[in-house]
Amino acid sequence: MKFGVLMFPGSNCEHDAYHMVSKVLHRPVEFIWHATKDLKGCDAIVVPGGFSYGDYLRTGAIARFSPVMEAVREFAATGGLVIGICNGFQILLESGLLPGAMLRNNGLKYVCRHVYVRVETGDTPFTGLAQPGRVLQIPIGHMEGNYFADEATLAQLERNRQIVFRYCSEDGQITEAANPNGSLANIAGICNLQRNVLGMMPHPERASEALLGSDDGLVVFQSMVQSLELLTTRS
Amino acid sequence: MKARVFVNLKKSVLDPQGKTIHHSLQSLGYRSVNDVRQGKFFEISLDPTLSADQARAEIEKMAKSVLTNPVIEEFRYELEAVEAHP
Repeated sequence: MKFGVLMFPGSNCEHDAYHMVSKVLHRPVEFIWHATKDLKGCDAIVVPGGFSYGDYLRTGAIARFSPVMEAVREFAATGGLVIGICNGFQILLESGLLPGAMLRNNGLKYVCRHVYVRVETGDTPFTGLAQPGRVLQIPIGHMEGNYFADEATLAQLERNRQIVFRYCSEDGQITEAANPNGSLANIAGICNLQRNVLGMMPHPERASEALLGSDDGLVVFQSMVQSLELLTTRS
Repeated sequence: MKARVFVNLKKSVLDPQGKTIHHSLQSLGYRSVNDVRQGKFFEISLDPTLSADQARAEIEKMAKSVLTNPVIEEFRYELEAVEAHP
């Protein structure tokens, strides 16, 4: 089982993800440069955070046209696991791999702090080891994390249980005060209909060791490993 | 041929930047301001040999696929013929 971490010009969280996979999960991991269409046989793809292409035009708007994203689209279409974190989430939205779009934070400020998110469903390869309702402490760091979708799309997300994480208070209440950016329905992370593509604004890789202040984010990657291992055993 | 493309957030989408600018204009005493929406403006020079129809097709295609995110934004544009330099 091998993880691939994409690198775009302006990515800046790819080494955090790489470190977490290799030194915490102890799994093989490779960087994948944006100009290639070769995913090097990876079983899971991390689209990392940062400021791909300087966030010019719109966050993720230029990165979505990178050759590697064509390969990621095909990989996702065949059921491959893809996790987009922060700018990675924005890239997946612009690519159409996930529905909706990001707006500027309602407070207009870059928000960089630990927040609480509630696991809304354990029925994804990214949350299989987390009980629904579990509260995770994970940091955010973004200016455009104000998730928006039209009413029909939101209804669809709710109906199909595609909302995976919501911003919440420490005790798991979904409140306006716990919403750091104005996101619709306190949405912090969503998956696609097939449940193999996840986008989330909080950075689980930055909360994967106690030394970092929280290791709550590790469960996301451990769940991915478990789900990939189950696939291997079955086949 | 020159195109001017104006991109705005859809009316149904909240514009936190426009709202803040609105508030600051009001606090500066511009009481006549009822609303502010912030957008983007692109000035695009096109191959002068394109016909107006070709230019329109090109601009619409790039506006829909690149310059805007149709989930949250809409656009309009105008074309201006640029005189060829001798």
